[in-house]
Amino acid sequence: MKFIQEFGRYILMLRDMFSKPENRKVYWKEFMHQCNDIGIGSLGIVVIISVFMGAVSTLQTAYQLVSPLIPKSSIAQIVRDTVLLEFAPTLVCIVLAGVVGSKIASELGNMRVSEQIDALEIMGINTKTYLVLPKIVAALVVIPMLVVISAGLGIWGGRLAGQAANILSTTDFDKGLLNAFLPYNVFFAMVKAYVFSFIISSVPAFYGYYVQGGALEIGRASTKSVVVSCVLILFADYVLAAILL
Amino acid sequence: MIEVRHIKKGFGDKIVINDVSAVMDDGKCNLIIGASGSGKTVFMKCLVGLFRPDSGSILYDGEDFTNMDAAGKKEIRKKIGMLFQGSALFDSLTVEKNIQFPLDMFTNWTLAEKRKRVDEVLDRVELRDANKKFPAEISGGMKKRVGIARAIVLNPKYLFCDEPNSGLDPQTSLVIDKLIKELTQEFNITTVINTHDMNSVMEIGDKIIYMYKGDKEWEGNNKEIIFSKNQRLNEFIFASDFLRDAKDMRMLEQTGKIDNDRNMEDLVR
Repeated sequence: MKFIQEFGRYILMLRDMFSKPENRKVYWKEFMHQCNDIGIGSLGIVVIISVFMGAVSTLQTAYQLVSPLIPKSSIAQIVRDTVLLEFAPTLVCIVLAGVVGSKIASELGNMRVSEQIDALEIMGINTKTYLVLPKIVAALVVIPMLVVISAGLGIWGGRLAGQAANILSTTDFDKGLLNAFLPYNVFFAMVKAYVFSFIISSVPAFYGYYVQGGALEIGRASTKSVVVSCVLILFADYVLAAILL
Repeated sequence: MIEVRHIKKGFGDKIVINDVSAVMDDGKCNLIIGASGSGKTVFMKCLVGLFRPDSGSILYDGEDFTNMDAAGKKEIRKKIGMLFQGSALFDSLTVEKNIQFPLDMFTNWTLAEKRKRVDEVLDRVELRDANKKFPAEISGGMKKRVGIARAIVLNPKYLFCDEPNSGLDPQTSLVIDKLIKELTQEFNITTVINTHDMNSVMEIGDKIIYMYKGDKEWEGNNKEIIFSKNQRLNEFIFASDFLRDAKDMRMLEQTGKIDNDRNMEDLVR
């Protein structure tokens, strides 16, 4: 019963955030601010995760491919597809659910508890449009970009690790990268990135916006939003794979 | 003028506001007083539209705010300024930007015009030097003054103050009360104040509404309250021996039995 109530409120929040902005300039500024917060603010962690993720993929794939019959360039092929299909969109978005999601939930929760949202309402501002919509749109714009960067860096990290560990030369790696490349995999990764971006931004926004109580409840809302986002990402990952692959 | 007609508000089975009617006058400080849980915060939230009353209506200069569509409510809200109990300043913005925010949102003024207006209100609340500071860097009293500055920057017709003196020392409370009173008279604002502070009641209460368990128990002004025979009101407002003594003194003053310009040095001697 509680789940249905919460889902209903979530849908209503999404519906209500579409209204005419009071001042487009202020909304644009807020959108750019959110793009900076979500995009630039998460870039560091995305770079670190992606490079190591690609490097570890190369090492572990090489460890498992012991047959002399399989060309070494296959390692690059496997790393490429793993990074594109799963690691870049899913792993990075799960990390972003923690980084970005907790920030969104705690920011909105703090604004609710300290009556800043009420202050905006009384000024005549639609707070869902002003506070929630720019976060969701910014996430939809910048998170797919981060996923693209992550995929590139993941493959680069794998290439670097292959060379450093003397597993395969960069020439072999590049050859493998171009072998049997399916552009559809990039499309699939981008579909996942957009779906996950929406989950990462809207779920924490919901938990933060409707928080009631004080500091303890903000913490709880933040944790809950991350847990729910992660579960939804994994569920959506399965559904998308089942539908699109 | 704000007119409240028979509003009721409850949450589940609990009735918080029970058929309250009142009129908030222009150019006056209209105080809502009452013990914790008496319903005064819910009453104020109904007035500003944060809660929708279960029945009854609220009229802003004759216009029914309760049953207005979203666009109409938005227009009324542009005429409302509100000071919150915790000031509700935006943490990420400086004092100056906090005050400028309503101007950014609702005017097409140039930056120079906005800055001029911000400086004017900062001067009015005597906070010119704090304009570049963040809310976390200023005191509670300063936050309240910034809250007032933000509330008045668009020249509101109605000003709502929720517990403007909570957490402030008596001297700062006096400054805030004086400022609210001056602004109310200067701009002929309809000011509604939710307070527990007895000093505010006696100093700026042009009109006082006492709420008791969701009902309007008493209505009057700061002169009439001294002579009120309402037992609940007297128990609430003159709760301590000190306040009862102060009440007796004020009664003697107002009946002309002692000089209100009494020389304290003579009394001490």
